[in-house]
Amino acid sequence: MKLKKNVAVSESGLLFNPVTGESFSVNPIGVEILNFLREEKTDEQISEAILGKYNAEKQAFENDYQDFIGVLSHNNLIESHEETNA
Amino acid sequence: MKKPTLNIAVTGLNAIDSPGPGVSVIRALREAASFNTRIIGLSYESLEPGIYMHDLVDRTYSIPYPTAGIDLLFERLQYIQEKEKLDVIIPNFDAELYPFIKLEHNLKTMGIHMFLPTLHQFEERNKVNLNDFGKKYGIKVPKSKVIYDLSTVHSLPSEFSFPMIVKGKFYDASIAYSIEQVKSYFNKISAKWGLPVIIQEFIHGTEFNVTGLGDGTGKTIAAVPMRKQYITDKGKAWGGISISDEKMLDMTRKFLRNTKWRGGFELELMKNKDGELYLLEINPRLPAWIYLAVGVGQNIPEVLVNLAMGHTVKPFTEYAVGKMFVRYSWDMIVDREEFEQISMYGEL
Repeated sequence: MKLKKNVAVSESGLLFNPVTGESFSVNPIGVEILNFLREEKTDEQISEAILGKYNAEKQAFENDYQDFIGVLSHNNLIESHEETNA
Repeated sequence: MKKPTLNIAVTGLNAIDSPGPGVSVIRALREAASFNTRIIGLSYESLEPGIYMHDLVDRTYSIPYPTAGIDLLFERLQYIQEKEKLDVIIPNFDAELYPFIKLEHNLKTMGIHMFLPTLHQFEERNKVNLNDFGKKYGIKVPKSKVIYDLSTVHSLPSEFSFPMIVKGKFYDASIAYSIEQVKSYFNKISAKWGLPVIIQEFIHGTEFNVTGLGDGTGKTIAAVPMRKQYITDKGKAWGGISISDEKMLDMTRKFLRNTKWRGGFELELMKNKDGELYLLEINPRLPAWIYLAVGVGQNIPEVLVNLAMGHTVKPFTEYAVGKMFVRYSWDMIVDREEFEQISMYGEL
């Protein structure tokens, strides 16, 4: 899973997709996850990093994480397989 | 090298809730690097705000509406030319383009330059001809039908599904969800803009615009795509952001290459959920949000003037992505005498 290269993420958590002109805001944990995605970390590595840093239940985090990825995907912020393989 | 001073006349001073492009065009010209300007406003109504913006407009003359005929417009422009020695006119309304295109040669002999689409280009891109335009140039357009009278409205549901768009030949568009609404919009729009009225397939999606400039040989001189972020109840952008969409730029380049478009333009595009782009309309002039193009590094009005003057220009190749424009309204305090001057004497 990889965040699209051209998507800009600011420190404050504002995402900007330059292709569509859409902006989104995410909270600080969202920013951390986006940075992990940018670094091409796997789901397991991201889960490990977040659970190691915050006091959260594994199952609850993974549910929320999948929801978050779903929202990113729905808004075309994640590279599709074709884009990743191109 | 000393910059020349050009006398440039600009229409579309109606910086209202459905704004004309004039004031934005003038702001762009004031920032031109290659020339200084004396700006002459050309107005149709005494309350067009640009008339009273003395820091932008040096002098304004009222001109007759296009419906008054070409001869009357030419007579008025001859009078203005005697006083102002115009170098360039930039018309900014769809409805006035026809008379200005017709007058292009006559005005040139008087020393006035313009950079307008040819009459053929102007007619071909007319929304009345959009289906044929799409077919001819291989550009995806929504299905549309031209109607001249109410009796044909009843057959529409066999060709279009609801909702459908009812459009005027120059301006106005409404979404109709029933035959009754189609009839009502047909009456309203035809009373205001005349016949025909256009029925267009409704494309669900997000609206984008591209403004740019073609040099008449098929070359893209400028192109800036924008997403509307804040839309008024009249469908006008009150805020927008420059974007980087290769598909949109490709479509723009294709449009310019195939039509050999001459002059400024605005493409109205719709992107559906599958990412397919539809060309909804081609406005044959610069848009009211043209100052965003200046803000992102493409001073399109300046280059348009240089092309009109016969200079060679270099195409723009880049622009800043993610720059926004946010429009605002502003109350000017105006002396009654100024209003009187433009209303009674047609000059200010």
